[in-house]
Amino acid sequence: MLCDICKQNVAKVHLTQIIEGKTKKVDLCEACSKAKGIDDPKGFALADLLLGLGAAQQMDQAAPPAGLRCPTCGFTQADFKKSGRLGCADCYRAFAEGLEGVLKTMHKGTRHVGKTPRRMRHSRELEEQIAVLQKRLEKAVVEEDFETAAMVRDELKRTREQAGKSDKAAAV
Amino acid sequence: MNVTEFLAAAAGASREGPHDRIVMSSRVRLARNVNGLAFPGWAKKPERVKALELIRPQVEGLPQMAGAFSGSMDTLSALERQILVERHLISREHAARSVGSGLVLSRDHTLCVMINEEDHLRMQSLRRGLQLKAAWQAMDEVDTQLEEKLEYAFSRDLGYLTACPTNLGTGIRVSAMLHLPALVLAEQMNQVITAVNKLGLAVRGLYGEGTEALGNVFQVSNQMTLGETEADIVERLTKVVAQLIEHEENARGTLLEKKPKMVFNHVGRAYGILANAHSISSKEAMNLLSLMRLGIDLGCFPGIQRPVLDELFTATQPAHLQRQHTEKLSADERDLLRADMLRADLGQVTRPVIPPSAPPGDAK
Repeated sequence: MLCDICKQNVAKVHLTQIIEGKTKKVDLCEACSKAKGIDDPKGFALADLLLGLGAAQQMDQAAPPAGLRCPTCGFTQADFKKSGRLGCADCYRAFAEGLEGVLKTMHKGTRHVGKTPRRMRHSRELEEQIAVLQKRLEKAVVEEDFETAAMVRDELKRTREQAGKSDKAAAV
Repeated sequence: MNVTEFLAAAAGASREGPHDRIVMSSRVRLARNVNGLAFPGWAKKPERVKALELIRPQVEGLPQMAGAFSGSMDTLSALERQILVERHLISREHAARSVGSGLVLSRDHTLCVMINEEDHLRMQSLRRGLQLKAAWQAMDEVDTQLEEKLEYAFSRDLGYLTACPTNLGTGIRVSAMLHLPALVLAEQMNQVITAVNKLGLAVRGLYGEGTEALGNVFQVSNQMTLGETEADIVERLTKVVAQLIEHEENARGTLLEKKPKMVFNHVGRAYGILANAHSISSKEAMNLLSLMRLGIDLGCFPGIQRPVLDELFTATQPAHLQRQHTEKLSADERDLLRADMLRADLGQVTRPVIPPSAPPGDAK
C-alpha cells in the first residue's frame, strides 16, 4: 500500500476515524506522517484537510450532533447541511456552536462591527451609561457619600428599566 | 403600465459615469430580514405571502420609490422576468420565484428591491461607471429609512441575520462590473483573478455566481461580510477596482505598442462580422461587441458613442429579442433576428480607422 500523500513510499501509518457512522482512512508513509505532524489521532483533522476533503466534511465535524432543531421554526441541522441556508433568525442561536467554526473560515471576523439599526444603537448607549453610573455608585459608596449614592442608585435603576425595554424591542 | 413599458420609459436615463471606459457599473446590495418571520426559503407559502404584504407597502412608501414599478412575481410573465435578469435588475433565482415574492423598482432604475428572494429583502443600488461610494450612500439612506418601519432581524454580535451565513453581519455585497478585454487578450486574466481572490474578493462572470465571463465582462465583489465595516469594504473594493483599471490600461498600452496588428485585426474582424452577419449567436455577439467596444476606446470608431454599444449588449440578449414577437422564437430564429438588428444598428457606423497615435506595425 502506497502513501496517500507522496504516493511513492510504502504506507506505515494507518489512521481510521469514524465520524457519524462514516469511516475515513488515511495511509501515510513515515516521512509524510512526520512531515505533517501526524503522530497522534488528534492530528487527523489536519490529514483530513491535506487530503483535500471538502468544506462539507469540515462543517460536519464542527456541527453539533445531528437532530438538533431550532425551537422557533423547527429547522434541523440536516436541513442546514442540505441547503446551506438557515430557517429563521433564531437558528443562529440554536446552531451557534456548529456555526462558530463555519463563520471563522468564511469571514474576516466573528463579530459584527458594521452598521447598527438606530433601535439597537440606543440600547448600546444605555449600556454604556449603566457602566458609567455603576462606577459612580461604587465611588460614592467607597467615599461614604451616601446622598450621592442614593441618587445614582435611583438613576441606575431607571436606566436599567429603560435598557430592558429597548432590549425587548430589538430582540435576538 | 407593465414592466416592459416601464423599462422602456426610463431607457436613456444617465448612461454615462466616471471611468465607464472600463467600469460598466457599480452596485451595492444589502440583505435584510424581518424579525419574527422565517426566512423565505423555509417559510411556508402563506407565511411568505404575509411577509410580502407586510414589506411591500413599506418599500413602496419610500420617497425614493415615488413613481416606482411594484409587482408580485407571479404577475410577471416568464419573458418579463428574463428581461429583468438580462438588465441585471433581479437575480436568476428571483426570476424563478412566484407567489409570495415581489419586486419594487425605482423610476430611474437605480434602486431595485427584491422581496422574498433568499432573504426577505435584497435591496440594490446601481450606478453607471465607478461610483461605489455613491451607490453605498444611496443604499444606506434607504436602509436607514426602512429600519424605522420594519424591525430587522439583528444581533449585536452577528449583525444583520441572513438566510445564508455567507451574508451575515453587514449583509453587504459591493460589486463592480468591469470590461477587461486587453487583460484577456494579453492572457493575464487568470493571474489577475488569482491575485484578486487572495484579497478575499470574488471575480465572477457577467451574470454573477457560476456564470461565464461573456464579452470579457467580469464582476468583482467582496466575499466576507462579517468583521468589517461597510465603509471599509467599499473603500477596499474601490481601491482594487482602481488598480484593475490601471492594469487594463497598461495591458492596452502594451498590446498597442507590441502587437498593434493583433489588436486591430480583432477590432476589424469584430466590426466586419457584427455589421455584416446574417446569423449570430448571443455568445458570439457579446464577444465581438466587447472587441468593438475596445475599438471605440482606442479611437477606431470616432462616429459611435460607447453607450450605444452598451445598449446593444443588452438588446441582443435572448429575452430582449423575444419581446417584440408574440410567437416563441427558436434559438436559430433569434440568431437571425440578432444579426438583423446588429446590421441595422451598425450599418451606419463607418469602418474602423487606425488611430493616428498607433504605431505602424507589430514590433516583434
